[in-house]
Amino acid sequence: MAGVIARRARKQRIFRWAVLVVLGVFFLLPLAAMVEFSTRDSRTWPLLADWPELSATYPDLADGILASLLQAALTAVLMLVLLVPTAVWVRLRLPRVRRLVEFLCLLPLTIPAIVLVVGLAPVYAWVNYFLGGSSVTLVFAYTVLVLPYAYRAIDAGLSAIDVKTLAEAARSMGSGWATVMGKVVLPNIRSAVLSAAFLTVALVLGEYTIASLLNRTNLQVAIAFLGKSSATMSVAVSLTALLLAFVLLLLLSLVGERKRKAASPAVSSTVTKESAA
Amino acid sequence: MTGVAVHLKGLRRTFGSVHALDDLDLSIAPGEFIALLGPSGCGKTTALRVLAGLEDADSGQVLVDGQDITPLPANKRDMGMVFQAYSLFPHLSVVDNVRFGLKLRGRVKAASRAGDMLDLVGLGTHADRFPHQLSGGQQQRVALARALAIEPRVLLLDEPLSALDAKVRVQLRDEIRRIQTEVGTTTLFVTHDQEEALAVADRVGVMRAGRLEQLAPPAEIYQAPASAFVAEFVGLSNRLPGTVTGDEIEVLGTRLPLIAPSGSKDATALVRPESVTVEPDPDGPGRVVTSSFLGPISKVTVMVGDVLVVAQVASDRLPTLPAGAPVKVTLQPSPVALA
Repeated sequence: MAGVIARRARKQRIFRWAVLVVLGVFFLLPLAAMVEFSTRDSRTWPLLADWPELSATYPDLADGILASLLQAALTAVLMLVLLVPTAVWVRLRLPRVRRLVEFLCLLPLTIPAIVLVVGLAPVYAWVNYFLGGSSVTLVFAYTVLVLPYAYRAIDAGLSAIDVKTLAEAARSMGSGWATVMGKVVLPNIRSAVLSAAFLTVALVLGEYTIASLLNRTNLQVAIAFLGKSSATMSVAVSLTALLLAFVLLLLLSLVGERKRKAASPAVSSTVTKESAA
Repeated sequence: MTGVAVHLKGLRRTFGSVHALDDLDLSIAPGEFIALLGPSGCGKTTALRVLAGLEDADSGQVLVDGQDITPLPANKRDMGMVFQAYSLFPHLSVVDNVRFGLKLRGRVKAASRAGDMLDLVGLGTHADRFPHQLSGGQQQRVALARALAIEPRVLLLDEPLSALDAKVRVQLRDEIRRIQTEVGTTTLFVTHDQEEALAVADRVGVMRAGRLEQLAPPAEIYQAPASAFVAEFVGLSNRLPGTVTGDEIEVLGTRLPLIAPSGSKDATALVRPESVTVEPDPDGPGRVVTSSFLGPISKVTVMVGDVLVVAQVASDRLPTLPAGAPVKVTLQPSPVALA
């Protein structure tokens, strides 16, 4: 009997490793190929690390990087400013419309980017008219685009706490709504807010379709252009953007892990008996 | 800290077609401890939330210390509240939770005041812990300390014990009463647990369908219920058929005085189990149906003819009353209400 269990365990272990190896190869092989290709020209990586030189050599790429970073930061801020108070308010005062808000926030996920652009084009004609054709104006479209991911993250954070009771407790002690948000709700959904912000940054850094079709500049558009003149630099920048997204997602996972550990039974085990009090 | 008078005048609140508050009037004397008791959905929590400013009344007035605070938002009402759900801020330590309201008020001695409040609830040594490191009872004590720290004009307790286990409930219940007596804050305590309400309150208000059925001291509520609803809701009651004669009703051969006179001849009397005496008697008309051990007292169910009577007996008498034993049932002539 023990032999059968041991054999089964060994088979399961082999299967797990086989899956891991296959998936590892599937994901890592393209990355390895990118590294190999981008290092064929020995000047590529040193140039990528030398910002003044890079800006001088590839001004469009530098513009694209700066535009994407600005878009990512502004989108994250706009998303948080719009979404967090809305999600909290819906939970506190309008719980009946929660499903509707969730549905609306998830809509962009179901609409292909190309279709979204068709709808956005006339809107952006007005945006151009009022705000000009700066690539920063893409922030509005990106805020819509990141809603499904950001909403999920923030909603999960709010579900983990009793927002209504905490807000009412704070109110009964004399807090205004700003204090309730700033000192009670936000500190308790910090990891959810960070998750939403990281996801936003990762998504914006990888966005191509909307920027390209609306004739704006961002990192991915710049990379696509760069590919026509310097393939190795184009791949090196793509790889860097990809790694940056990985790092962000890793940070997100670490933040979540730290929070889980803080609430783990190991800590809860210090709960004292009622009688001890 | 001294209490203030609270008056709820003609409060109405509807949720759709449900009248949560139906012209509710309630006056609380300064420093008084009032418990609102009633079944689920009777409006007791809504009344408390309207007083706290967490819910708006459709009409009516809330007066605190003679001042109309109806239009004031919750954060301007100066009330301390303990909730049914654990409401400590998870990201703050125990002492920071207690300090929260004090800081908002810019109190310079917030730290020492928070320490004093924690000592008052017996958790002075737990100041640096976080809510998830405390048991449910401890969390509610901290919530009480936090509510009292701001020296509120009124203390509101919204079923603060309902999430706790039986033993802790009794401990904390007594502690709440001790602390309230010590600080003298006018207190409104909402509960659906009659024992809790009777044990701690100066007066108990029994609510039904958004109205106060009776507001009286606990003993009066129990011994002289104003209505059949109060009699049935507070304490267990037997529904025994009888014949009304004047201001008395004859039930199982015993004449019992009526709390309120009745117009009809045949009526159903509400008789407390502790008013029923059961004696072993080979010629008795009753038969023990079940007997349940409940600690110092036990419950015995007896069938007399086609009437089921529940009696409370001392547990040491339980061996003499096994199921099927013939018994004699007598009633103490205490005043009864009619159903």
